Amino acid sequence: MTEPARGLEALHLHLWRGDRHVLKGLSFSVGPGELVHVRGPNGVGKTSLLRTLAGFLYPEEGEVRWCGQPIGADRDGYAAALAYLGHDNGLKGDLSARENLRYALGLRHAVDPAAVTATLERLGVGAVADLPARSLSAGQRRRVALARVALARASLWLLDEPFTNLDAAGSAAGAELLLEHAAGGGMALLTAHGELEAIHRPRRLELA
Amino acid sequence: MNWTWFHRLASPPHFYRIAGQLLPWFAIPAALLLLAGIYGGLVLAPPDYQQGDAYRIIYIHAPSAWLSLLCYTVMATAAFVGLVWRIKLAHAVAAATAPIGASFTALALATGSLWGRPMWGTWWEWDARLTSELILLFLYLGYMALRSAFDDLTRADRASALLAVVGVVNVPIIHFSVYWWNSLHQGTTVFKAQPSIPPSMLLPLLMCLLGSTLLYGALLCVRVRAEVLERERQASWLAGLVK
Amino acid sequence: MNGAGASVVSPGQAALVLISRELRLAWRRWGQSLHPVAFFLMVTTLFPLALSPESAQLRSVAAGVVWVGALLSSLLALETLFRADLDDGTLEQVVLSGQPLAALMLAKTLAHWLVSGLPLVAATPVALGALAVPAVAFGPIMLGILLGTGVLSFLGGIGAALTLGTRRGSVLLSLLILPMAMPVLIFGARAADLAVRGEPAGGGLLLLTAMLVLTVTLAPLATAAAVRICLE
Repeated sequence: MTEPARGLEALHLHLWRGDRHVLKGLSFSVGPGELVHVRGPNGVGKTSLLRTLAGFLYPEEGEVRWCGQPIGADRDGYAAALAYLGHDNGLKGDLSARENLRYALGLRHAVDPAAVTATLERLGVGAVADLPARSLSAGQRRRVALARVALARASLWLLDEPFTNLDAAGSAAGAELLLEHAAGGGMALLTAHGELEAIHRPRRLELA
Repeated sequence: MNWTWFHRLASPPHFYRIAGQLLPWFAIPAALLLLAGIYGGLVLAPPDYQQGDAYRIIYIHAPSAWLSLLCYTVMATAAFVGLVWRIKLAHAVAAATAPIGASFTALALATGSLWGRPMWGTWWEWDARLTSELILLFLYLGYMALRSAFDDLTRADRASALLAVVGVVNVPIIHFSVYWWNSLHQGTTVFKAQPSIPPSMLLPLLMCLLGSTLLYGALLCVRVRAEVLERERQASWLAGLVK
Repeated sequence: MNGAGASVVSPGQAALVLISRELRLAWRRWGQSLHPVAFFLMVTTLFPLALSPESAQLRSVAAGVVWVGALLSSLLALETLFRADLDDGTLEQVVLSGQPLAALMLAKTLAHWLVSGLPLVAATPVALGALAVPAVAFGPIMLGILLGTGVLSFLGGIGAALTLGTRRGSVLLSLLILPMAMPVLIFGARAADLAVRGEPAGGGLLLLTAMLVLTVTLAPLATAAAVRICLE
């Protein structure tokens, strides 16, 4: 039983936000190499699902398992294996893109400056890497945030609307990173409005 | 050890029912003891040879002070249980206790101030006990203020629960430091322990202490039931109850 | 499968990275770090204006005034501890860094103390001079303020984390922290008063050190719990 034990499993998740019953007994699993597109109308709970999987929210019933273990058993170990991108970019406005990445990644592992430069260039923000992040456009900041996810050395990517504010080139570059990640045995769950043309036939998870 | 009783108690419908059944068992003895105790203290007990009749306020002051501490302990314990085991009913108990505890603390301060008036000539002295009670009141108010600052009930529960636990760790330190500070400045102490208290004074005091503790139990039953009603207002078991 | 990859960083190293980031950010906005100091100096100079310029009277209240001023200024500085991190999403990333959150909270609060506490200590002689305190007392009092601002930073970190995302967070923060800060105030002001009178203040300073040790050990755990609650 190696396949399910090496990935993410959600078992009968029930989540309430205030009085709203947001997740109603949701169960699914994601294995290595899988990209899952979480779909649903606004307000159905896509962000809440991602935050529950990331360990921020605590389901009233049910369990999230990583490699067979409940995520509460080794919270820090699980966090080290995942990279999360929320609505905010997680960037400090006063630091440059390069500095932001250095500090953010430096909390997790020793940083390779060459890899940082290469990824920033790939995402088209190499030229502005040393400007303060607050002087970058929203799209550029999102690209830097994607660079952070790509460089995090994480098996599991949880991305909430990763392509907001990105033009076609940015979305394409981001999709390329996702496909490479999956090809290397990683897995990702992402929410996005509309279709993801750039990613060929991702698995779909519909939240009613 | 069989913990089923604990888990049943943590279930809102069961707690609602049990609290309703316990209520008269708290309320009636509380009323009887308090009436007897206050009558005994105000009428039957002899005047103190030092303070005359002024000491009689102890029959209200001592139970209030005792309850202010008991309530904080209960609140912090319930908060801890709610935080660690994520039992929502525990948060309801903490939330219900806070205003009761704050009221008794305020009452203790008011009666303490009244007690001091005949002796000190002023309405307030920085007596160690009273100062300690004052800081306890601030802790209660902080808890209630934090609770009301959140829109989301879960956040309110958990944040105020953490505050209560941190507070309870601080209470002994605050208590010790206030007493030390007071001793430096030769503060007046009204509450010296008497070498021997005659039974005619002691018995009404004990009745008041026990009666007020039972009163707290009764109030807690009523308030937690109300909290349960509000929190579970959409649950199906409640609809069945209303029918 | 990549995951716990090579060259993983220890909690201590991660803490240093975080401190380094905080210090760099504070340096880039060094003006903002001085606001609490300005507040401190203004508050302490209010008292001679409100009471009287007579030296003996000022000296008798100096210890209390300086300590209350430092307390209020520390509370002011605490507002900014986590708010920016919450707003730009950095706090979430710190929680998900895979490092023990308490260690990172210790680092963050330590950096905050360095940035807000040290300037206060440096400004203390100015306030003391304004209150007619003899220069020999400066040393012990500054040490006391150093230790006291440390305790306040760590205690305040819990309050700052608890009040994140609430309306009127700053007033609420003060309401929550002031009762718990009273022991520090009592002992610190007492030690300062002894120093002003020329008496040895070592006992009070040792007590403050003990409080600091207790707070540094325990407060980050509570702060980490509070941050997780805030992100729920």
